[in-house]
Amino acid sequence: MAGSGTAHLRPPDETLLRVENLVVEFPSKRGKVNAVSNISLDVKSGETLGLVGESGCGKSTTGKAIMQLPPPTSGKVLFKGTDLTSLKSADLRRVRTSIQMIFQDPISSLNPRRRVEDIVAEGLRIWSIGDDASRDRKVDEALETVGLDPSTAKGRRPHQFSGGQCQRISIARSVVTDPNLIICDEPVSALDVSVQAQILNLLEDMKERYQLTLIFIAHDLAVVKNVSDRVAVMYLGKICEIAPPDQLFAQPAHPYTAALLDAIPVPDPTVKPHEQPTLEGDLPSPVAPPSGCRFRTRCPKAQERCAQEEPWVREVASGQFVACHFPLVGDDAPPVDQSTTMQPQAAPASA
Amino acid sequence: MTAPVPTLDQRPEPGGAGCLLEVDDLRTSFRTDRGMVRAVAGVTLNLERGKTLGIVGESGSGKSVLARSIMGIVPNNAEREGSIRFEGTEISGLSQARMREYWGQQMAMVFQDPMTALNPVLKIGRQITESLHEHLEFSKEEANQTALALLKSVGIPEPARRLKEYPHQLSGGMRQRVMIAIALACGPKLLFADEPTTALDVTVQAQILDLLQFQQRERFMGMILVTHDLGVVAGRTDHIGVMYAGRIVETGPTRTLFAHVRHPYTEALLQSIPKIELPSHSRLQSIAGRPPNLVNTPPGCTFAPRCPYAQDRCREEEPPLIEAEQPGHFHRCWFPVGTPANPAYNAEASAEATARGEATFDRIAAAKADAAREDSTASAGFAPAPTAVDGEADADAESSVSAAGAGNVGGIHNRAGDDDAPGGGRPRRRQPLRARRQTSTTDNGERTDGR
Repeated sequence: MAGSGTAHLRPPDETLLRVENLVVEFPSKRGKVNAVSNISLDVKSGETLGLVGESGCGKSTTGKAIMQLPPPTSGKVLFKGTDLTSLKSADLRRVRTSIQMIFQDPISSLNPRRRVEDIVAEGLRIWSIGDDASRDRKVDEALETVGLDPSTAKGRRPHQFSGGQCQRISIARSVVTDPNLIICDEPVSALDVSVQAQILNLLEDMKERYQLTLIFIAHDLAVVKNVSDRVAVMYLGKICEIAPPDQLFAQPAHPYTAALLDAIPVPDPTVKPHEQPTLEGDLPSPVAPPSGCRFRTRCPKAQERCAQEEPWVREVASGQFVACHFPLVGDDAPPVDQSTTMQPQAAPASA
Repeated sequence: MTAPVPTLDQRPEPGGAGCLLEVDDLRTSFRTDRGMVRAVAGVTLNLERGKTLGIVGESGSGKSVLARSIMGIVPNNAEREGSIRFEGTEISGLSQARMREYWGQQMAMVFQDPMTALNPVLKIGRQITESLHEHLEFSKEEANQTALALLKSVGIPEPARRLKEYPHQLSGGMRQRVMIAIALACGPKLLFADEPTTALDVTVQAQILDLLQFQQRERFMGMILVTHDLGVVAGRTDHIGVMYAGRIVETGPTRTLFAHVRHPYTEALLQSIPKIELPSHSRLQSIAGRPPNLVNTPPGCTFAPRCPYAQDRCREEEPPLIEAEQPGHFHRCWFPVGTPANPAYNAEASAEATARGEATFDRIAAAKADAAREDSTASAGFAPAPTAVDGEADADAESSVSAAGAGNVGGIHNRAGDDDAPGGGRPRRRQPLRARRQTSTTDNGERTDGR
């Protein structure tokens, strides 16, 4: 897995955002960091694409590269048919009102010295959208829909709010300019589980109300499953698997997806933590990624071919795409040998 | 020196004296500008060697402060009351100098963020050998050898090279392994793990939890695993205490607690977790409102303002720890979930649940009888690798043995419910402070009205 290819992309006219062969590299003292290596993604209007993977897999870099923060090393980012990588900065600024981001740390992503009203209204003021009164109405409306009382919240500063409330303010700020696409970069990782549930529910409501398309980046598979219509699993700058969540989680085709699923702690003491051996070791360095399939160094099924040849994304089941020479699902999946391989149905038993 | 692997005869005798850790009505408050913050408000627990206790709660529930209070590593503005006995010796009043004899050798802690807990300008080797020199007076050579063995035992590849490296040269998972090696260096009998995997990825989390569990069994340590993740404690603890607003609101053997959730807060926590087996876009159950202000806690049950089942009584009287039908299972709720007292009690569903519950209860009773017949408490209740933890037991009855056994030996017990009997629970001398707090409370109260 962990391969390249565009087999999973849908016709361009059906999609709101289409990312083709995206490459992001950073220079470093130790050499070139291959943060994102030739990945392709697309999102239909109204869809939520979940991006999952371990830290360092390039999921946040992908999100930022879509925003051109910084622009990718190579590849195309087509938003409503326009290639963002080719835009001049003034045009790019204009497009960015339609693409917003929500960040992981709700408190540090809000300016502590500004009042909530100014934080939320800033996008409107910059673009001179409406007059003062209509801007005020829009801010009130946005705050109300995220569950904050505008009359008390507007005059306060971020430190007077809890983490969950700050995340609500971030969401209000992101929807106020009527964007089409919101990139949520680990929006709930810093929150408690009860608050996390509130924010996830809120995102679903906002999506419906403002007709949003979301890219939801997270490391928690259960969270991603809950919000997504399509999930892309990333590993070391490559795509491993793309599928609708229910299919992906019931029947992971990539050994890495299976290992990730296996590692999730299940809140049920009758379920053993994991029956298969855990994925060993750490993520290899993106400075010198393994040859062939990037996952092969940790893959329980790796063979000679995986070191030599990079797998390409291909469809193994309806709607399920995987970049692996030896997928766990599909016609050419090897016969399941209980003793040596990971079982495809290793997903946690229903509690 | 790798810590000696304890043999059978080192196991504690059952009963008070042999208990590794007994905490009685521990209260920790912080003096702040806003008033006294009651972070831990009367926690009673005990733990045997070889057992794992999970403390679960949201941020601000007091779980980390509880662990630190037991260790005696609270900041200067903290006031600690109550009794902490370690192997029968009262340690709550000891000076920092005396506590040094306990830190490292008797009890140690693995912290949440290995990057900030490790010293960035010291090599790994030096950080591990420090306590060996300090506490065990090892020579340089001995200490280095031990450090090498420790790194090897926590699964760090190329340990000799790693000893000479700095924390920033290691990945997050490796750093946490180093933290564990440091904690284990002097062979503690009690290991605290305070959110040991929160900063880590899910695959690395599984590795670290496995390592902690392995070391805990191997060294026959008592372990207190503090986490906000019910998924983490479910498969890896013997006992669980659910904390809310500085109190244990529900406690019991892990399996019993999960099978018979009684406190609405535990129920709400479980329901708010996104579950992998549910279809995508399932609506999550969230807990309305926010945790209470710990400076000026309202009367009655601290969870009442957020509780879907709250009645008048809940807002007036604080419930004591009440024993549920299963042994060792306690909760602080007047109208526990899944019982006829609960307003949402559904006769049909619970008839079924009761049938199941009774069946379990019978099995437990039968299992207990079996255990008693064996008449070897040590082998039944104190087995270092109880079935409840490794979950291998396919027969329910078997797993119930350890659950029942654990119920009596490790975990949090009610002290006859007297500590927080209605009205009498709050420490008297906090009254004036609370009065002083009134003004700032409004400020805080307003903060919550945003929602």
